[in-house]
Amino acid sequence: MEDLTALVDWSRAQFALTAMYHWLFVPLTLGLSVIIGIMETIYYRTRDVKWLATTKFWMTLFGINFAVGVATGIILEFEFGTNWSNYSWFVGDIFGAPLAIEGILAFFMESTFIAVMFFGWNKVSPKFHLASTWLTALGASISALWILIANAWMQHPVGMEFEPEQMRNVMTDFWALVFSPVAVNKFIHTVLSGWCLAGVFVVGVSAWLLLKKRNVPMALRSIKVGAWVGLVGIVLTAGSGDGSAKVVSRVQPMKLAAMEGLYHGHQGQSIVAMGILNPDKTHDNAEEEFIFDISIPYGLSILANGDMNSFVPGVADLVNGISIDANGDTINTVSYAERIARGKMAQEALRKFDAARAAGDNAAMDAARAGIKENFNYFGYGYLNSVDEAIPNVPLVFYSFHIMVILGGYFMLFFVLVLFLVYKRDNVLTGNRWIQLIAIASIPLVWICSEAGWVVAEVGRQPWTIEGLLPNCAAVSAIPTTSVMVTFFIFVVVFAALLAAEIKIMLGQISRKSLNDLDKAEL
Amino acid sequence: MFTLEFLQQYWWFLISVLGAILVFLLLIQGGQSLIFLSRNEMERTMMVNALGRKWELSFTTLVVFGGAFFASFPLFYSTSFGGAYWVWILILLTFVLQAVSYEFRSKKGNVLGTRTYDAFLAIGGALACILLGAAVSTFFFGAEFTISKQNLVAAGTSPIISTWAPTHGLEAFLCYENILLGIVVLLLARTLAAMFFIKTIDGGIPFQERCKFMVMRYGIAFALFFVAYAVCLLFADGYQWAADGTIERVANKYLWNLIEMWWVAIVFVIGVVLVLYAIIRTAFTKDYNNGIWPCGIGTVLVVLCLFWIAGYNHTAYYPSLLDPQSSLTIANSSSSEFTLTAMSIVSVLVPFVAAYIVYAWWSLTRKPITPEEMQGKDHKY
Repeated sequence: MEDLTALVDWSRAQFALTAMYHWLFVPLTLGLSVIIGIMETIYYRTRDVKWLATTKFWMTLFGINFAVGVATGIILEFEFGTNWSNYSWFVGDIFGAPLAIEGILAFFMESTFIAVMFFGWNKVSPKFHLASTWLTALGASISALWILIANAWMQHPVGMEFEPEQMRNVMTDFWALVFSPVAVNKFIHTVLSGWCLAGVFVVGVSAWLLLKKRNVPMALRSIKVGAWVGLVGIVLTAGSGDGSAKVVSRVQPMKLAAMEGLYHGHQGQSIVAMGILNPDKTHDNAEEEFIFDISIPYGLSILANGDMNSFVPGVADLVNGISIDANGDTINTVSYAERIARGKMAQEALRKFDAARAAGDNAAMDAARAGIKENFNYFGYGYLNSVDEAIPNVPLVFYSFHIMVILGGYFMLFFVLVLFLVYKRDNVLTGNRWIQLIAIASIPLVWICSEAGWVVAEVGRQPWTIEGLLPNCAAVSAIPTTSVMVTFFIFVVVFAALLAAEIKIMLGQISRKSLNDLDKAEL
Repeated sequence: MFTLEFLQQYWWFLISVLGAILVFLLLIQGGQSLIFLSRNEMERTMMVNALGRKWELSFTTLVVFGGAFFASFPLFYSTSFGGAYWVWILILLTFVLQAVSYEFRSKKGNVLGTRTYDAFLAIGGALACILLGAAVSTFFFGAEFTISKQNLVAAGTSPIISTWAPTHGLEAFLCYENILLGIVVLLLARTLAAMFFIKTIDGGIPFQERCKFMVMRYGIAFALFFVAYAVCLLFADGYQWAADGTIERVANKYLWNLIEMWWVAIVFVIGVVLVLYAIIRTAFTKDYNNGIWPCGIGTVLVVLCLFWIAGYNHTAYYPSLLDPQSSLTIANSSSSEFTLTAMSIVSVLVPFVAAYIVYAWWSLTRKPITPEEMQGKDHKY
């Protein structure tokens, strides 16, 4: 069992490494493709070569980023098989479909039209080229749509039933997957956060051009497009974040409790705007939750339920199966100890079903099937040995969530300020070194914000690969831990080398290309 | 609307189509393995750019091939990817390095230098062909795994349903037939790539003549190795499943498949003739530069037939050498009827996708690549 724990940990580390590395590039692709599309559209409508120069400048950076994003995406898809083979069988009937649709509908669109976008300037008509640029952007977003539908289903499995004969889950309602509220919110939240990230990137790089006094008119043009896209992105990301919180409170209350560092919930629960968690606090002791905190009264009740007097359960409440209804009465829910017991009952029923099937005993099969169905919602808990295993890493989720929210708020102000300056006080933007430096320093912050969001989403749902149904320990592949360790370090080396090259190339391109007067450069 | 059996056959057909197109597009990898045979920097630049404008297609086809296999036959995805770990990881690494090498190779400040990225392209291209060929060969010559779904809830043991030989895929290279198919795929990819260069690069007569010589050299070598592999395959034992799901060993199974599915044999012969025609005409006719099309179509037809004899006619397409009853068939490894139906509806869009790919490909390759274009200011690798 110790070996299995090490294998699961290294498999998780490898997947986390790949996913977080992949996500360094994807949001920039999602947002920058839209920004480039807008720039080229302006060029197409005005035929002003300055906009063509602007488009090509950002397109070069897009291409460098795109290659690494694509390259690492393939690893993620294959890792579901290489490292999570049990998962691939247990839910492959459902999970595989969005991945295949993503490939058919999105990847071919992206890979075909990006070639036209880069190599078609003198080979296809301007209209076809513009269409290709937008189709590349559309392909990237469609790709995100299907992978986020798949991810949302892992967080909130719907449209499926368990098939005991095959010992797997099968799809019963395709549209339930597609229009799952988790999927809808996740798609909006994730794709539009990419717009925000790309907006900060464009504004930050343009600020560097202003600092160096290179291609100032192009920088100001770029800032206008980038800041508008970024502002729309962050406003809608915040709105969908509110929607996400309400859905999470319903389908993943443990994640919400971890996001807020909440162990003992109340009616009219306040929300922690800022705080330092007490590291000694656990679900089964009486320690204070925070060493220091600044809270907003009723905030979490409103965020989670849209009702300032509603009850929001904490980690301990969920573990102990305690809730408070609208009348203020304490009621019992299913405690985690009971979930574990019922999960083991579901697994025992499945064993009986299998034995009855082998013996051809239909009556026993029917009885066992009923037993499975009765407790299947807790099937995955049967793999756990204690309730502690069902609690995510609260500090990591809490701090990631608050970093994301605080930085998200900052970026909203950032874009409003930048837009005000670029339209009303462009001399401040071009002349104030501090403003320029803040914009440049915002570039790494937006990546931290974006990665923090995924840490919340993925660490917050631990230990589940499929919420409630399959924990990590039952989802892995039977490979030696040392093999996974070796590939983990191979990926570390390859990813580090590629990231160093990518950053150096990108900085080089920005620096070198901006030495020329791009508005007058030969196009 | 459709029976589960029909949907399984249909999805095996689609997997076959994707696999066949993937093998054709391995010309990109085959071409990469040839770039160090260029005589000067300009030639190499033209070769890399001719291939680079298509790298995303072979890459995407691999991704879609994997995704479609996952969606339609998840037990294969679960068993093979998690089992033959090292083979799939190595294949992945070759594709990852390919993707970045094109984009980074000619950019200043690329840290590792152009020659390193070109070496990634060349070595990765050759390795990808050999590894994918060997991986596909295990569809016929088997792999060392067992599957026990009962493990999922077995008390006191690991819940993982599939287990593999300790070498985790590397044992495939102890089987000479698998290595043989790897070499066949590499030689075919190089032959196709040489024809692709002839069609898409206007590099002058000496370059064309050298490409034609490559077609002859790799084409003949391919034909010889292919015949050797075909003989091994047709006289190899295979596994077939009965109506009750039990799986038994059958002598000369793949030869019997060709005889019993005579239409596959006809397609196979047409494919072989087209490939041979393209090789001979390209190598020995001075002005003929369209060999990529008959050779490409022939390649697709032959690979389709290989997939069909691997999976149709009650054949176990992924035989287990440790426990024949664990062997995978299109019947015991597929998704449910509901999922296959939903996926089939989506697959109606495939011709539309294929149409825009062909149109975009045609738009970009109407004019061959010239040295002048490579010296211009347009985007290049």
